Amino acid sequence: MTAPAASSPATATAKAAERVRSLVRVGLAGNPNAGKSSVFNAMTGARQHVGNYPGVTVERRSGTYSSEGTRYELVDLPGTYSLSSYSPEERITEHELLQGELDVVVLVADSSNVSRSLVLLAQLLQIGARPVLCLNMSDEARRAGQRLDVPGLEAKLGIPVVETVGHRGIGVEDLKSAVARAVAGPARAERLLLDERLDRALRPVEAKLAAAGVAPDARAWVATRLLLGKEPSDFELPPGCVEEAAAQREAIETETGLDVALLVAESYHAFAERSLRDVLSAPVRPDARAVSDRIDSVLAHRVWGLPIFALVMYGIFSLTFTLGEAPMGWIEQGFEALAAAVSGLWAGGQDSPLRSLLVDGVIGGVGGVIVFLPNILLLFLGLALLEDTGYMARAAFLMDRVLSRFGLHGRSFIPMVTGFGCSIPGIMATRTLDDERDRLTTMLVLPLMSCGARLPIYLLLVPAFFPSAWRAPMLWLIYAVGVGLALVLALVLRKSLLRGEEAPFVMELPPYRVPTLRAVVRKMTERGWLYLRKAGTIILAISIVMWAITSYPKPDRYEVDADIAAGALVVVEEPVAGDDRLVTEEEVERRRSAEDLRTSIAGRIGVAIEPVLAPLGFDHRLATAMLGAFAAKEVFVAQLGIVHSMGETDEESVPLREALQRDYTPLTGFCLMLFLLVATPCMATIAVTRRESGSWKWALLQLGGLTAVAYVLTLVVNQIGRLFG
Amino acid sequence: MTASDLRTGQKGRITAVGGRGAIRQRLLDLGLRPRAEIVIERVAPAGDPIWVRLGATQLALRQLEAASISVEAAGARVLG
Repeated sequence: MTAPAASSPATATAKAAERVRSLVRVGLAGNPNAGKSSVFNAMTGARQHVGNYPGVTVERRSGTYSSEGTRYELVDLPGTYSLSSYSPEERITEHELLQGELDVVVLVADSSNVSRSLVLLAQLLQIGARPVLCLNMSDEARRAGQRLDVPGLEAKLGIPVVETVGHRGIGVEDLKSAVARAVAGPARAERLLLDERLDRALRPVEAKLAAAGVAPDARAWVATRLLLGKEPSDFELPPGCVEEAAAQREAIETETGLDVALLVAESYHAFAERSLRDVLSAPVRPDARAVSDRIDSVLAHRVWGLPIFALVMYGIFSLTFTLGEAPMGWIEQGFEALAAAVSGLWAGGQDSPLRSLLVDGVIGGVGGVIVFLPNILLLFLGLALLEDTGYMARAAFLMDRVLSRFGLHGRSFIPMVTGFGCSIPGIMATRTLDDERDRLTTMLVLPLMSCGARLPIYLLLVPAFFPSAWRAPMLWLIYAVGVGLALVLALVLRKSLLRGEEAPFVMELPPYRVPTLRAVVRKMTERGWLYLRKAGTIILAISIVMWAITSYPKPDRYEVDADIAAGALVVVEEPVAGDDRLVTEEEVERRRSAEDLRTSIAGRIGVAIEPVLAPLGFDHRLATAMLGAFAAKEVFVAQLGIVHSMGETDEESVPLREALQRDYTPLTGFCLMLFLLVATPCMATIAVTRRESGSWKWALLQLGGLTAVAYVLTLVVNQIGRLFG
Repeated sequence: MTASDLRTGQKGRITAVGGRGAIRQRLLDLGLRPRAEIVIERVAPAGDPIWVRLGATQLALRQLEAASISVEAAGARVLG
């Protein structure tokens, strides 16, 4: 791309003029935690969430609004402290600004901390943006004793300045008219002079850029970047610029005895201080955060902080499960009714492939995903509350030490906890991590956080193999193994494939805030919808594929029918105990299903891979059921029922538990849980990893790596376990 | 001495910001620059990261990052 170099001033003006008539593009920039998302929502009314957790809007979001006959497109830029392009957020913001396609940039500032936003404003002015300063949460600052002369600041800065309270929609109309004023008003004539000495170094570099046709708007910024020794990645540089900048850098550093990075940073801070002089008559009182600080003296306490956090998480999980139980039952009943209604379209007992596809494939598969929606929504509600109150940042503070030992980041904690609900939203939540290596590491090990869909597997297997006193510890153990393994593998990744410098853990701790119901509900429903859409569409496709490979090809004739014809089996009305030759019609039907599965593609694959899985203690029936688990983990339970001639079963099925007890040892039961925990994240997870990491390489590494680890681990456990009987 | 040597409740005035690259830039962006005053509010379990107050801003820093910030002690913080 050759963004600034390609657009000459003349065409840029013409383009801008055209936009005023059709669509005005407005960027929304600002520090994290300044309430950018709430201003975005208030302006557009779009579905979007407000976060208190640093860096929550890494996604690019846009919305539109109309004001006085003009249409505006609002682009939500990622939250940044500067445009230094070290983090993805900063790079995205810089890139958007350098594109020159934003007519106005609204800078959302936390009113209680204006000076830090003015540091960003200096950079916006330098990059050639046309800014509007939005002093958000102005009520909070006023309550805290701050007195700021807004018209005075406006006059000093020469740009529109507006006060707002985003989450209550106050000042939004003023902001919209300020944007309109900024579009109509003249462009800044003079260039921003930040520091005399720096300016002398910048001018020769800018001259070289001008000679090569770089647009005037971007010259000062590009020259500053070059002086800092960073080459913009977005476009090609004219020859000689880098050399000129290096010479200037050396000269200025020798002369001042300071490095350029510090000089540039100081010049931005000096701009902020100059701008606020005489305008800020009373700053925020030092005790403005007293309440928040008092809460932190308990919640972020060195000793009590972690136990309290553990309790909070426990509370969220237990509420998720207890409150989710009833709606889960309703959804299950709903799908059962739907399946029955669809089945009813065919005459009694008639076997039709279409009926089977709709009932077993589509309704069964999609129903299996939607049934977890209540749990997922409740978990997201809890996490949204933690985020919007500001507690999440405290959690990251408390957890960072443990996680950083394993090469993870304090913020990795949130995606990983989300992974207990479902890996898909967990992987999507890794976007809150700045550093790519942190993000990839977290993403790759995340499926080891035992997800909600694996729970039915444990609920079936644990009571089948272990006495009641052992059940809770066993369940705890399997979750703990997942967490432990995730940490170890994260460390391995950071020492091998993802080696590199640690990302800075400099995280802001905003004051506690009372979340608004609207923001929390919006966040919950938005994420819930993402889950439904992403998982639902993929799982629908996979369900159909899984249905096909478990249904076809059909056996030519059933052994059970042959046995009946030969007189080896006799069909009776009522089940008779003690005589294996007497079977009911239902039993015959179940045996037919089992034969169906055995001769199907899935069954044949199961038989084919049996030799590979035998050292782990698994037979071909377990192997076949595991293929189902690859589609979606919870499918394992139903598949296991079919291969054991039980028909479709759920995790409460007593006959299935008895059959498992008969056929397998507790050791195999444990190995089975271990293998299903670690191996092959479900297909939807792989698809999301592919999308979020941007390449199949990482998705396949996740698939292959975890399966290999699972194999070795289960092999070791099984073989050692056998030694000890 | 560096910010990582400050005790909880102690105040320090920054004399220099070391380190390099992304970490240093982030520190400077947030206003951790020479002459700024910081107070150590509290520390996480195991003493890392530390919780620093800088004017109206409160920040979490790892010991590793705090060690790149040179400070001079600026007396104990007045509690109240």
